[in-house]
Amino acid sequence: MSSTPRTLLDKIWDAHVVCTPPGELPLLYIDRHLVHEVTSPQAFEGLRLAGRPVRRPEATFATPDHNIPTTDRRLPIADPISKQQIDTLRNNCREFGVRLFDLGDADQGIVHVIGPELGITQPGMTIVCGDSHTATHGALGALAFGIGTSEVEHVLATQTLRQAKPKSLELRVEGSLHPGVTAKDLVLYLIGRLSTEGGTGHVIEYTGPCIRRLGMEERMTVCNMSIEAGARAGMIAPDQITFDYLRGRDYAPRNFDRAVAEWERFPGDPDAVFDRVEIFQGGDVVPQVTWGTNPAQVVGIDATVPDPTAFGDPNERESGSRALDYMGLRGGTKIVDIPLDRVFIGSCTNSRIEDLRAAAGVVRGYRVAPTVHAMVVPGSGRVKRQAEQEGLDRVFRDAGFEWREAGCSMCLGMNPDTLTPGQRCASTSNRNFEGRQGKGGRTHLVSPAMAAAAAVTGHFTDIRHWLYR
Amino acid sequence: MQPFIRHTGIVASLDRANVDTDQIIPKQFLKRIERTGFGQFLFFDWRFLPDGSPNPAFELNQPIVAGASVLLARRNFGCGSSREHAPWALADYGFKVVIAPTFADIFFNNCFQNGMVPIRLAEEDVEELFRRTRAAEAAGGPYRLHVDLPSCTVSDDAGFSRPFTVDPFRKRCLLEGLDDIALSLQHVDAIAAWEAAHAAPAGE
Ligand code: SF4
Repeated sequence: MSSTPRTLLDKIWDAHVVCTPPGELPLLYIDRHLVHEVTSPQAFEGLRLAGRPVRRPEATFATPDHNIPTTDRRLPIADPISKQQIDTLRNNCREFGVRLFDLGDADQGIVHVIGPELGITQPGMTIVCGDSHTATHGALGALAFGIGTSEVEHVLATQTLRQAKPKSLELRVEGSLHPGVTAKDLVLYLIGRLSTEGGTGHVIEYTGPCIRRLGMEERMTVCNMSIEAGARAGMIAPDQITFDYLRGRDYAPRNFDRAVAEWERFPGDPDAVFDRVEIFQGGDVVPQVTWGTNPAQVVGIDATVPDPTAFGDPNERESGSRALDYMGLRGGTKIVDIPLDRVFIGSCTNSRIEDLRAAAGVVRGYRVAPTVHAMVVPGSGRVKRQAEQEGLDRVFRDAGFEWREAGCSMCLGMNPDTLTPGQRCASTSNRNFEGRQGKGGRTHLVSPAMAAAAAVTGHFTDIRHWLYR
Repeated sequence: MQPFIRHTGIVASLDRANVDTDQIIPKQFLKRIERTGFGQFLFFDWRFLPDGSPNPAFELNQPIVAGASVLLARRNFGCGSSREHAPWALADYGFKVVIAPTFADIFFNNCFQNGMVPIRLAEEDVEELFRRTRAAEAAGGPYRLHVDLPSCTVSDDAGFSRPFTVDPFRKRCLLEGLDDIALSLQHVDAIAAWEAAHAAPAGE
């Protein structure tokens, strides 16, 4: 091993390069491959046509999440094309020997929720999935990133990926967050500063005291949205919080203490050098609300919708104006004056138990505004059961929320959960692109607590002044 | 994969930044289990009006760019999801080249897997291409570009010529139309050796 100080990324990278044949890109070994129904059918079909097996079925885990209904699971899937995609995943998993957490399995859920929760995700690993929010798993100190379907096929066949080493970007967050300000607000704030392509070509490592204070699920929220800043991966060095989270999980190493001793070697060396460093203050962050059609178009709850004609950059001016048109907003409108039709609490960004606790805490003793249709979609079967044990489902239902089965749901609206044209939604998901939640739908990204408050009042509301009951 | 060596084609321009994969191919079309047939859904929500007829205002619906195979775009093209359906839709529609100042990483990689060349040019060069496209169209004809992969140049017939860079390995795969997986499987011994050396990962 070289004695040059190395970052977390360097250490994981070095440990996984299988070979770098002359004139070719390095082959990077992949420890865990997560698979879902939408980006895998063509990959399995490719294997079948070439007569290739899955190299390591035991390192491959599948679940249907994107496309599935979140209503009663005992009913057949109404959409025949959705059903075909899910049946295809079932058949492929059976044929190639891949473990499937199927609909009706107690552990089914959004792929990025179940990976950590089952202990499949571990520090120091390389993890890929045909999904851009794979960065979520980086919260546990793994190098995790999204890949396309051809790469899914490549990993299935070879357990490796052709990769040029990305650059490293340290995002150091000093200080701490004010009460009422969450990991979601922090990451939206960071994306707003970096722009949607500020992290392109880089792997982000989040460091600093503000990050270290975040709990495991909050760290997942932060890493999850790295791709919205253009970074394929985001990671946080493993520490005691990581180890405590993993201990006892189903797929966690049996000899756990020995594993911890290994994992403790992964955090970057103190004098390791990043290709780029950006420093922020946690205390500068207020609750965030997006106003446009990409996640970098974001402001604080106490601000107004900006006037894009005043933007310096011509691209930003053009895309800001288009965004306001699409969103049906005008520059100068106070964020707290924007009324809502829908509220969605869910997605791989914010559907874990702590997210649901935060939202339920806000809702307790209140009713959803009569003008709002609100729903909660837990990230996994486990999260749902845990929430029900804690009585959170009752809090939501009593307030007038719908309480659904686990899945991606209205994060991308591939299943029947969609916005209708013109509907305005406060959403805890990660993308506010045009049409993301349904053609013509208008999405504002917020934290779970902010979404819950908006459901009650019918417009955006500063959670820092909320009267908890 | 079909090799890509050189190509001359009509340029269609899309004058907007941050074109995301949800726009390139909306999610309602991701349920197909094939790799083909996605071209009809390309830019669906922009290309078609609610009644299903072509939107006369959308760039790709202009008669002058019929048959276009080179797409000219702005910054951060292909941002958003990892869906390879995006390059599948572009390729199936007939695009062989996409030119932009910057691309999102996953989309950029996905293009190579499908014999399509993503070309990064400096912002001012892209601006110049937009100008030339508009001028040619105003004069009544489509604008054409030549892309030569062996020499890595993009040029027109009126003096525009710029070099671009492609990773040498990706370039070779494109030129020879190589099957990535077959190539990687040539290193199966190295993969097996790595696995043997890591047979008991942390604590398992
Ligand atoms: S919840 Fe949304 S972002 Fe996350 S995996 Fe599902 S569709 Fe993708």
